[in-house]
Amino acid sequence: MELTDIWFLLIAVLWTGYLVLEGFDFGVGMLLPAVAKDPVDRQVTLRTIGPVWDGNEVWLLVAGGATFAAFPIWYASLFSGFYLALLLILVALIVRGLALEYRNKLQDAAWHRRWDLAIVIGSAAPALLWGVALADIVRGVPLNANHDFTGNFFTLLHPYALLGGLTTLVLFALHGAIFLALKTHGDVRDRARVLVLPLGGATVLLAAAFLTWTQVHDGSWITWTLALLAAVCLLGGILASRAGRDGLGFLGTSATIVLAAATLFVTLYPNVLPSTTDPAFSLTTENAASTPYTLKIMTWVAVIFTPIVLAYQGYTYWVFRRRLTRDDIAQVKVA
Amino acid sequence: MDAIDLARWQFGITTVYHFLFVPITIGLSALVAGLHTAWYRTGKAKYRQLTQFWGKLFLINFAMGVVTGIVQEFQFGMNWSAYSKFVGDIFGAPLAIEGLLAFFLESTFLGLWIFGWDRLPKKVHLASIWLVAIGTQLSAFFILAANSWMQWPVGYTYDRASGRAELQDFAAVLTNKVALATFPHTIAACFLTGGAFMLGIALWHVLRGGPERKDLFRPAVKLGAVTVLVASVAVFVTGDIQGKIMTETQPMKMAAAEALYETSEPAGFSLLTIGSLDGQREVWSVTVPHGLSFLATGSWNGKVEGINDLQAAYEQRFGPGSYKPNIPVTYWTFRLMILFGALSALIAVAALWYIRRPGRSPSKWLVRSAIALPVLPLAANSFGWIFTEMGRQPWIVFGLMETRDGVSPTVGAGSVLTSLITFTVLYGVLAVVEVLLLLRFARTAPARPEPETEDSGEPDAAFLY
Repeated sequence: MELTDIWFLLIAVLWTGYLVLEGFDFGVGMLLPAVAKDPVDRQVTLRTIGPVWDGNEVWLLVAGGATFAAFPIWYASLFSGFYLALLLILVALIVRGLALEYRNKLQDAAWHRRWDLAIVIGSAAPALLWGVALADIVRGVPLNANHDFTGNFFTLLHPYALLGGLTTLVLFALHGAIFLALKTHGDVRDRARVLVLPLGGATVLLAAAFLTWTQVHDGSWITWTLALLAAVCLLGGILASRAGRDGLGFLGTSATIVLAAATLFVTLYPNVLPSTTDPAFSLTTENAASTPYTLKIMTWVAVIFTPIVLAYQGYTYWVFRRRLTRDDIAQVKVA
Repeated sequence: MDAIDLARWQFGITTVYHFLFVPITIGLSALVAGLHTAWYRTGKAKYRQLTQFWGKLFLINFAMGVVTGIVQEFQFGMNWSAYSKFVGDIFGAPLAIEGLLAFFLESTFLGLWIFGWDRLPKKVHLASIWLVAIGTQLSAFFILAANSWMQWPVGYTYDRASGRAELQDFAAVLTNKVALATFPHTIAACFLTGGAFMLGIALWHVLRGGPERKDLFRPAVKLGAVTVLVASVAVFVTGDIQGKIMTETQPMKMAAAEALYETSEPAGFSLLTIGSLDGQREVWSVTVPHGLSFLATGSWNGKVEGINDLQAAYEQRFGPGSYKPNIPVTYWTFRLMILFGALSALIAVAALWYIRRPGRSPSKWLVRSAIALPVLPLAANSFGWIFTEMGRQPWIVFGLMETRDGVSPTVGAGSVLTSLITFTVLYGVLAVVEVLLLLRFARTAPARPEPETEDSGEPDAAFLY
């Protein structure tokens, strides 16, 4: 296996890790008004992601940085090409991050209401736009001989990409609902569990359409297998959640996201950004990559530090493994 | 304006804004860790109160630093894709390593620290805030190594076939002499900033509060003042070293800092100049004789090359064109950086002098200084940053790539303008929110812990969601 292939794999893993992890905290953010009807329940809901969402978001920063380091041409073409879409994502992530950090700094109903709205929109917008971006990456965009994007914002918004966006939107909402069912007791949990069926149904329809479209366009037996496995995990996750097996349900949606992302990345390979202008202008793992020396250094750093990061992030989830209840919120004294 | 100017304004605005929060975060995280350690060691309630008080202010800042940091990473690809392609083989690695080594550490352990008051063993909880502090410094090192490469590229070869700079020696990039000088200078400035932030607010409470608050905040005044004083000595010493390395690596930047047009031996350092700064008309100036010679070379009579000679030399080396940065900007930012840094140190001395003789009633100037103090290092940092980046112009990578060649070729001015306006407006609104929150928390003295909760380690509501 070439170093460029290893790095394609690692970057796929980083983006996938990002989608699995921030996927559920986006979901929790989106569902805030649906699962929490009073101030205490809203705090319960947000507390489920409180200790971890920032660490989840770092997966994006590392995925972005690793793409820059390992495939600079991909990073350059992708980020300049998807300019306005990324701008929207950045604005959403900025507002959402501050909303999560600032909402409880003051005890004031109007203050809470405004930041809560920011959390809902700031979670839904990236959940939608990352799906659009992924679909665009897989399908390709107009690139010139210099690998520069020659379209505009609306070039990115074709039906296939929009379907991809809707798919991630509902899939993350479902993932978040199942996560909430796993992490809470009481009303929040009940409402989250009620949402699993409608969200699950919508996800099944959209994901089936999106993955089938991807496969019909350029599928192979490997990607068909991955897509089918994703479907099995999705159905399994929904059923497990219905049966009250929250942990298994969450494992199901996590596996769905991993397998769906794997389907997309395998479909993409060995391209990293196909050109719809002329296949000769496409970016591949070869022509977008850094030198072997840089990749070698990066490999060493990744091999040494990734397990450490996984260990302490895992520790965080372990420390905060307990389900949250309204009593947890009531215990904290108000300054 | 075309895309290049807009992209430069956007980079300037977003970076200066981001860099308002970063130094507070770096300095304050270590100070909060220090207070937490004092609480852990002594078990005294007042240290817990102080840890939580500064912890809250730290968190408000940290959040802003984090969210504006994402823009920094994305912006290279969005606005500067030609630059990203050209240097990605070298520049991307420290950025990715920064994420893997530093950002994960900071964000994960900060989550543990915030939510771990009643969950974690006390030692692990204390270690969490220290790991956050270490993470912020690691992060600073890697980003400064990347930036230093732009100031003084080392450890690379230019590959004609691929048309890009390629990494030859990663160790050389990390031990770049510019990075080794810039890192301690920046970290010292961060401690100056964090210390001034703590000192200003604590001093205000001591001067304006009742006996109880005086008692509570006195240790914070001392910690803040000592931090400012030690850090300002460190800023001075490291700045001096950095100046000499700058003279070696980027003599034009040094000449521009003084608006020194003619090569001089010795060269004086002008404290301020009234005139056009174009080398034509100097109306009036106050000059320290031999000052620049010493700053640049370490010798009182050292030769400092002037802008005109350097321009001629660069034309010989790189071809026709102007290799002068914007002289008024470099001249004034350099002086304002030093002025605001020095003012912070002076106020710290005054504060220490006052706190030693607490019977005296404070002068209204000391109260005003306390209020101004947190802002002064922020101004110094911003001017220093602008000086460093503007002084490198017209180069984006010194000697290798000009800024105008680094911009994204197919991103139109309309897109850049859209994002420039978006970020400027968004950052402006958020600045108001941030300042309101900070003022609100800074003014509110922490409630006295109730006896029964004193040892429970339970946080108050503002810490959590």
